[in-house]
Amino acid sequence: MSTPLLEVRDLAKHFPSRGGQADVQAVDGVSFDLRAGESLGLVGESGCGKSTLARTILGLEAPSRGTVHFDGQSLGELSRKSWKAIRRRMQVVFQDPFASLDPRQSVLSILTEPLVIHGLFKPRERRLRALALLDAVGLGAQHLHRFPHEFSGGQRQRIGIARALALEPELLVCDEPLSALDVSIQAQIVNLFVELRQRFGLAYLFIAHDLAVVRKLCDRVAVMYLGRIVEIAESEDLYAEPGHPYTRALFSAIPVPDPRAPRPRAAGLRGEVADPRERPTGCAFHPRCPRAEEVPEARCRREGPALLPRRMNANGPARTMACHLAPAGQAER
Amino acid sequence: MRPSWDFGLGPGRLEALWNESAEVRGESPGQLAWKHVKASRAMRACLLLLALVGLTSLFAPLLPLPSPMALALETEPRPPRLFGSGQAWSAADYWELNPLDEKLLALRAKLFGEWQTPAWMGTDAKGRDMLARIVWGSRTSILVALAATLCSLLVGVSYGATAGYFGGRVDNWMMRVVDVLYSIPFIFLVIFLISVLNEYRSELSRLGVGPMTVFYVVIGLVYWLTMARVVRGQVLALRESEFIQAARAQGASFARILGVHLIPNTLSVVIVYLTLTVPSVMLFEAFLSFLGLGVAPPKVSWGLLAAESIEAINPIHTFWWLVVWPAAAMGSTLLALNVLGDGLRDALDPRHGKSNR
Ligand SMILES: Nc1ncnc2c1ncn2[C@@H]1O[C@H](COP(=O)(O)OP(=O)(O)OP(=O)(O)O)[C@@H](O)[C@H]1O
Ligand SMILES: [Mg+2]
Repeated sequence: MSTPLLEVRDLAKHFPSRGGQADVQAVDGVSFDLRAGESLGLVGESGCGKSTLARTILGLEAPSRGTVHFDGQSLGELSRKSWKAIRRRMQVVFQDPFASLDPRQSVLSILTEPLVIHGLFKPRERRLRALALLDAVGLGAQHLHRFPHEFSGGQRQRIGIARALALEPELLVCDEPLSALDVSIQAQIVNLFVELRQRFGLAYLFIAHDLAVVRKLCDRVAVMYLGRIVEIAESEDLYAEPGHPYTRALFSAIPVPDPRAPRPRAAGLRGEVADPRERPTGCAFHPRCPRAEEVPEARCRREGPALLPRRMNANGPARTMACHLAPAGQAER
Repeated sequence: MRPSWDFGLGPGRLEALWNESAEVRGESPGQLAWKHVKASRAMRACLLLLALVGLTSLFAPLLPLPSPMALALETEPRPPRLFGSGQAWSAADYWELNPLDEKLLALRAKLFGEWQTPAWMGTDAKGRDMLARIVWGSRTSILVALAATLCSLLVGVSYGATAGYFGGRVDNWMMRVVDVLYSIPFIFLVIFLISVLNEYRSELSRLGVGPMTVFYVVIGLVYWLTMARVVRGQVLALRESEFIQAARAQGASFARILGVHLIPNTLSVVIVYLTLTVPSVMLFEAFLSFLGLGVAPPKVSWGLLAAESIEAINPIHTFWWLVVWPAAAMGSTLLALNVLGDGLRDALDPRHGKSNR
């Protein structure tokens, strides 16, 4: 197979914490691949490090460990100039449509700024391009000279998407782009993401809480728990039968159709989400895992399971996951 | 590599869209704030008053006022009077004028001839016209305020923005410096600096540094500290905001992020803070002049007028006009600035604009 568009290997991001406490291990050893044009969902409870992972991949945070390769180039070793070239190919859409646009810029200057930064086009062409971008995200030309405060949340999110598209990226990292929107608007924006992907062949790294949205948008889904991926699978398979006990718990939580309601917490789990400062020994999930006792010799507490292709039971599905319950089988892929 | 996506819009359609887009203009946050200011009667009144004060002080030599410096042989202050006129004036009554002021004075001679206003606000113990002294005195006060403001703008904003943007250790060191300077009682600092520098007055003037320059620089040195803190706090908060992250993700340079996104977004706070700095600098100038450390005669300033007026209060005879007029001029200006600052804070508040939140 050709080189994946994005290759993340053992990526970690630790934040030093004040007062001599242990570091916050927001991301701790994440590996995955993303092919060109593929859409990968990233789900997990609040605070498990999804945003930090996204920011580290985008180079907005320096990784504490591990590497990210984009189209075969190691991002950690890039010169400033090549970084700039990569930035054209990898863009981001943020969660909060009220914070992601500079309140002092008009839509026109928001949409032309990326082109100015990269010295693309002449001023006139840039303006026409801003109009084309607006059109692509379903906004009319009459919005070009208006300012962010004059738009609704959904419209702002469309502007944010248009800005991300201005440089014609191959990969769009979306950090919960729907969480701050009303449900009816969410559906429209999801459709926009689907449409844009078909039109421009985008690859997505799509972070979301709403599992129904992830199912609609993503080819594959990675499930994160406390800074690590515990399971990664084709979304069809995952939705048909979650493998990892944590995924099961997460999927049994019924999504609440109200964006202001508290974030869905994985149902059927004991205890709180663990603090990334005090990562439990062994499998980080074991204190909350309903099936940890089934593994002999308290192995879950002593030893962290590797993310490997495994089989849950003899005739169960083969999954790439990190759980001692399922013995590592032969790699199928 | 040139961008090549096909948006499915021909050039003709794009032109049409462009024409369509020109029909609607949004209102920027700045325009909104301005509208808010204009809508308020109090704010308009303040702006008008400040404009008046600014213009009269700038064009003081043009006005047909008696000289604020020339002494007359009087025994005691004379009360205000509406009619009558004093002696004729001549250019010799004015000294230490810069070339521009001399031109204005010449123009005045052409416009008004010999005529000058009677002592509408009375005269002081040395026979000098109070109105003229207030108008000319505003020049010094405004100049001090502007110098301190400029200093706090240039030094404070760039220092604070840099500390805030880099954060971490850089921020820590830069702000500790500010803290140390802050912890020195600043009145003592200024008094100390001015007294020391006054010792070297002749050496400094040989270098072309007049006492007034020293005064401006010392006040400016003190006033940038708060500005640096204010801006740094703002930038620190803005730095993590998503639009800055988005700009970084697009590959924007440090200069661009600072100049296009960070500083303009701290501007509202800076403006508000400035309108509140100006009055405090004016008061400080008054205080120093009162102590005899600021402006020295024959120059006038509002502070000096206040100091002189204190002498006019005595149990035997109160020369009220020596107290009331300078106090009214200074008080109304300071009040206008404070009201303006308060109103601007509301007008520039981003939450002020209608949002769906
Ligand atoms: N700059 C930082 N300094 C210190 N700790 C941080 C920093 N950023 C994130 N963290 C910590 O890292 C952990 C992961 O945060 P992150 O924002 O990545 O979670 P998330 O999965 O995106 O959560 P959410 O779903 O709420 O957005 C959290 O415990 C958070 O407190
Ligand atoms: Mg997040």
